[in-house]
This record gives sequence, C-alpha cells and structure tokens, in this order.
Amino acid sequence: MNPKTTNKIAIGLIYTFVAIVVAILVSLIGYILVTGVPHISWHFLTSKSQSFLSGGGIRDQLFNSVYLLFLTLCLSFPIALGSGIYLAEYAPKNWITEVIRTTIEVLSSLPSVVVGLFCYLLFVVQMHIGFSILSGAIALTFFNLPLLTRNIENSLKSVSHLQREAGLSLGLSQWKTITGIILPAAVPGIITGIILSAGRVFGEAAALIYTAGQSAPIIDYTNWNVFSSSSFLNPMRPAETLAVHIWKVNSEGITPDANLVSSGSSAVLIILILLFNLLAHWIGNLLYKKMTSNF
Amino acid sequence: MTGILQTKNVHLYYGKNEALHGFDLNFNENEITTLIGPSGCGKSTFLRCLNRMNDLRPNVTINGSFKFEGKDIYSPSIDLTELRKTIGMVFQQPNPFPFSVYDNVAYGLKLAGMKNKHKIDKIVEESLKEAAVWDEVKDSINKSALSFSGGQQQRICIARVLAVKPKIILMDEPTSALDPISSSKIEDTLVRLKKDFTIIMVTHNMQQASRISDKTAFLLNGDLIEYDSTQKMFVNPSNKKTSDYLNGEFG
Repeated sequence: MNPKTTNKIAIGLIYTFVAIVVAILVSLIGYILVTGVPHISWHFLTSKSQSFLSGGGIRDQLFNSVYLLFLTLCLSFPIALGSGIYLAEYAPKNWITEVIRTTIEVLSSLPSVVVGLFCYLLFVVQMHIGFSILSGAIALTFFNLPLLTRNIENSLKSVSHLQREAGLSLGLSQWKTITGIILPAAVPGIITGIILSAGRVFGEAAALIYTAGQSAPIIDYTNWNVFSSSSFLNPMRPAETLAVHIWKVNSEGITPDANLVSSGSSAVLIILILLFNLLAHWIGNLLYKKMTSNF
Repeated sequence: MTGILQTKNVHLYYGKNEALHGFDLNFNENEITTLIGPSGCGKSTFLRCLNRMNDLRPNVTINGSFKFEGKDIYSPSIDLTELRKTIGMVFQQPNPFPFSVYDNVAYGLKLAGMKNKHKIDKIVEESLKEAAVWDEVKDSINKSALSFSGGQQQRICIARVLAVKPKIILMDEPTSALDPISSSKIEDTLVRLKKDFTIIMVTHNMQQASRISDKTAFLLNGDLIEYDSTQKMFVNPSNKKTSDYLNGEFG
C-alpha cells in the first residue's frame, strides 16, 4: 500500500470514530430534549411536586439542587484552595506528598453510592444530623474535593515559573508572591474548574439518596429564619434534589404523569448542565482576556 | 577602593557536582560589570548566588563569603526580602506580571506598605522614565503589560526593579531575547542608570560587554580566568584563554 492510501484509510477511520462519539452524544441529548422539552412550562418550573395527582412541578427540587450546590462549594472550595496551594507551591517532592496525591486520586474514583452510604452511617445516623441538605453537602464535598484540588493545583502550576522568580526577586515573600501574583494569574482556570465541577455535583443522585433524603417537605420561601424548620434556607431540613427526583419518580412514582415529569426534569437537568459548561468556557475566556490584555 | 559587593572563595555544588571552583570577585559601586564566558561556565549560576535566587533550587550547596556593604548575604539573620529589594534582578525572558503597566511597577511599592497614591504615581512615572519606556507607555499605562513588545516588556521589568530603589541590579542576559533595536535602547538605559545603581550583568554578546561595561570577568568551566577593566581585557588580555575566547576560537 502506498503512503497516500494509508493516510486516506487512517483519516477515514478517525472520522468514523469521531462520528460514533458525536452520534451517541447527539442521540442521547436529542432524545432527552425531544421527549422532555414539550413538558417544560412556567407552571412546571414554579409549582410544587405532587405525590398522587398529575400536574406536579419541580420548584422545590430545583431550588434544593441550587442551594445544595451552593453549600457544597462553600464547604469544598476553601479546603480545595488550601490543599491546591500546598500541592502546587509548598509540597516537597517526597513520598508523603505522593501519598497525598494518590489519596486524592482514590477519593475521586470512589463509587458515589459507597460515599453516600458512608456519609449516611457517619453523619446521618452516628452524628444525628439526619437526612439534611448539610449531610448532602458533606457527601458531595467528598466528590468535589479531589476534582477541585486537582484543578486548582494544575491552574497554579501552569503559571510560568518566571512569574514566581519575578515576584521573589522583587523582595516579595513566597506567600505574597502566591496570593498577589500566582493566584490572580490562575483565576480563569480555577473559575472554569469550579463551574465544571458544579455541573457534576448538580447531576449527582446516588450519594444524595442516603444523605439529603428523598422527601421534599413543604417549605416557605418567605421565611428567612435559617433555624426555622419550614424556612427554605434551613440546611438541616431534608431536601430532594432534581436528580434524586428523577430517580424517585421513575422507581416509585405513582402519579399518572410520572413519565412526563421524569422527562421534563431530565431535560431541565441536562439544559442546566450544558449551561454550566458553556458558562465555564465563556467566563474562563473572558477572565483570561481581561487578565492578559485590555484592548 | 573597596567594592560594594565582595565575594571570596566561591564554591557551588549541584548535588556532588562542583559547578564553581572557588574564586573571588569584587564589584565596585556605580560601575557596570559584565560576566562573560561560554554557555555552562557558571556565570548565571554565580549571578543567582548574589541575591540568593539559588535558594529556590533543591540540592544546591554554596560555600564562600558573600559580603554586601560588609554584611554577610548568607547569614541566617539576614532579611531575605529586604536583601532582594536591595539587590534587584532582571531576567533573560521579559517576565512582567499579567497586570497593567502601572500595577507592574507599583506592585512592589504597594506590598511594601506604601499607601500614598500621589507618591506611588510619582515613583511609577520616574521609574518608567529612568527605564526609557515612559514615552511609549504613558498613554496606555492601564493596559496589560503583556500587550507590549518584548523590548518594551523588558524595560517595564527594569522599571519595576528600579521602583523599589535597589542598590545593585543583577541582569541575566537581559537583551538576548530581544531584537537589536530594543537591545540598544536597553544598553543606553543601563549606561544612564550607572550613576545611581551598580549593575552586574551576564551577557553572551561580546560587543555589548565592550560597549557598556567598566569591568569584565571571564569565566570558564567554573573558574575565573581573568577579571580586569573592560578596555584592558578586550585590547590586551593577559591570559591566552581569554584572547582565544574573545577571538572566537571556542565557546
């Protein structure tokens, strides 16, 4: 075979494989959107879910997902930032740091249902926190930490070594060099990482079934008292998220329109996660442009 | 005349590998001294000893005496950040921070605790003027420093060092990444800066060394071969190796 033919065959094969990947993605997302989008309406998004009757919405589940995401980021971001800075800037090259890195790898590959059950036993049962947004946020922090830490470490490391030398040679301490120069330069990458991990957290279900619970008690959106059990802000109340709702409606839903509710919820979930991804690219690019030039 | 910076019996090891074999070099105030020699001769390594940038590298052992205005640079009681402010450094690659020109120059001052905006503005302007880049950046001082050309970036980096008022400026091949026009602008700048600062510069460019420096040190394989006034060295070197190197027979 001459090189030209080999090249043509190789390119053909590569295009075929790419086409397979794209086809899977498009058919999957297409199916979810085609079956779900017609059911999405203002009423669907803003009314509460029904247990027996048709016409239920996803208002509370939607809010719970967002609130849970917010709490998860509040818990995981500071820890991830600290450990990311340590790994990127301070950690010496020895076996202890290697153990830390391996631990992070392992943590990120734990099956979510195992983490969910672990958190159920430890936080929900042993520590008497009960099914609550807080327990859910702790469980999700377990997933989020390795991703975020890795992302922050890589973002910091990708800042040129010349910048570090420039800072130190100006008489800045290592800490000032990191917080004043390296961290701002790494912000675009870090923001992108946060939003991408947020998308993953948003779609998580298995770990939440055992921690945040599967019930959506009636909550009052006008009650701003965090300690009141009916307040929408109370982190100690059980809270069913959108992803858990989809699972529940499919496995034990008895409403006549369970199918439609499930398709609609799935479509909302997918659309939101796609938006997260687009937002990540957009904000990342915007920040990068802002930091590197002011045209 | 005793120098502002005196080094004695300098030995440096990368692990067990000796890279500098023990030599003395003294630097005079308000002079430009260039270090020349083939790649790998240890001139950049030596330069980085002078503001302790080698501390960042693992496995480096440094012996010998380094005295700046009579004080030991490697004494445990020395304030490292203070030392690096007094002995500033300009690198081979222009490395401005990804901030505006103004912030690049003002950064060291702000972190040193200076709050007076008016005073900072004044020093920023002075430093950029001293570094001969003011006219080119004054209308876009809030633009990112990264949007300027390499030569302009390097002069912004010089201004950044000048702003913290060092006594000595170390330069590690400051023009090797630049075009000839930018290089000559920087050379002019250095000659003007001499009256206020002491400059120690590593260069690969013989013409540059002969044009602007008062003294030249020739290093070869970790040894100091010859150290003399630039004029004497380029016209009538006393060591055969020096004349061979200057004539381009090796290196």
